[in-house]
Amino acid sequence: MRKKDVPQDRGLFGEWKEVSYALDDDGRYVLVPSAGWEPANIANDMAWESIEAEVGKIAERVRAGELSPLAYHMARHQMDPGLLAGYAGLFRWQVRRHMKPAAFRRISTALAERYAAIFRITPGELMEMPECDPPAGARGPVIRE
Amino acid sequence: MIPSFPHRQSAHCESGVAANLLTHHGLPLSEAMAFGIGSGLFFAYFPFIRINHLPLTTFRSAPGRIIRQVAKRLGVRVTFRSFRNEEAGMAELDRLLAGGVPVGAQTGVYWLPYFPPALRFHFNAHNLVVCGKEGDSYRISDPVIGEPVLCGAADLKRARFARGPLAPNGKLFFLTNVPKKVDPVPATREAIREVCRLMTRIPFPLIGVRGIRYLAGQVESWPSRLGERRALLYLGNVIRMQEEVGTGGGGFRFIYAAFLQEAAEVLEEGVLLDISRRMTAIGDHWRDFAVAGARLCKGRPGGNDDFPALARIVRECADAEHGLYRELDALMRNGRHAVRR
Repeated sequence: MRKKDVPQDRGLFGEWKEVSYALDDDGRYVLVPSAGWEPANIANDMAWESIEAEVGKIAERVRAGELSPLAYHMARHQMDPGLLAGYAGLFRWQVRRHMKPAAFRRISTALAERYAAIFRITPGELMEMPECDPPAGARGPVIRE
Repeated sequence: MIPSFPHRQSAHCESGVAANLLTHHGLPLSEAMAFGIGSGLFFAYFPFIRINHLPLTTFRSAPGRIIRQVAKRLGVRVTFRSFRNEEAGMAELDRLLAGGVPVGAQTGVYWLPYFPPALRFHFNAHNLVVCGKEGDSYRISDPVIGEPVLCGAADLKRARFARGPLAPNGKLFFLTNVPKKVDPVPATREAIREVCRLMTRIPFPLIGVRGIRYLAGQVESWPSRLGERRALLYLGNVIRMQEEVGTGGGGFRFIYAAFLQEAAEVLEEGVLLDISRRMTAIGDHWRDFAVAGARLCKGRPGGNDDFPALARIVRECADAEHGLYRELDALMRNGRHAVRR
């Protein structure tokens, strides 16, 4: 890639630019700032779209009373039961159990606080399903076409 | 803060951390040299290892390899520490910083508040250098970010003790016994030969050039095996692994081409300049794959974008790389610096 071909499309790096290796006019490699590259953006968008679709599906099931709000908070943070169990210091089957509304309503205050701390919310917020909420850490500055 | 810490932005976190740490300790080294001497170039496709339900494709060596290899080849000692206890892990970091030592750390990226939001996935093999403490915050030289940034202690602790695949367990590393002068010639030769060996002579079909060919076959079979929708998801994932997280495009091929240019001077082998040019062309061809693949993902395929055409590009990359590594290996065996030991 030549220096003048280093893409400056919309970027994934937000306020920062990434750096790319490219050839200058003498054929030497130099580091060139790059705002972003559209094919990488498309691939990144796809990853976020599939996360959003997953979160949306789970949000609906929570509203329908099939799953507990824990399932929603988990999906919103791109976690599966195994990963959340790792953070909470529980077994996977325990997290799976807490994804059921009845079992989740009965968890102890201490455990509710532990879950809430992982998601950085209050135990009160943990027990509720928020109205509308984008996935955590969502795409930020990316401009959609 | 360790005032003299030379923060330089890099295309890749691990080679950037290695180069910046070595430079700080009096062995000035570019990122490309660190990547090359650390034998960072690699390829593997593991359909049975799933990340987010998608098969793992990697264009680089395993996390931690670059730093270990570059240190070993230059005769530098790296001390690695990991921790069960989070408080102990933070206390050790403070102790090292108080002694004026810049400390490398492996972290997850999900909890790093300064990290670009679009790239915040649960990826746990990110590398950065902690180079100071200011109040309750740490000064961090993250090589993929333009300038050193501040990060709160609670956030850094979370990132260091992230859970899940490749969990860092608070891993810290720092350099000791850095020699005053090193001879880069044997280090460079050995490093190049290792890449050639890994890419062409591992008798396992998912690694190196054979792995690239295997990926080509998979790409072809995805639409009939998985259906159009999942096939596109798989394709998008390969493109992400190739082009995202600052690989400088072409899955590290451009960084390696930059290394070969520097190696040409170190080894006084003009032929390496020509091989570097060919590596650049290969990187460009990997980018052609990303462009055509992204068009397909976007639902706007050009005239001949389809899965067989994509597979063809991947196969062409494999052929070109195979030829290149064989020549490179022969050159290292028989060239000017082929001192047999």
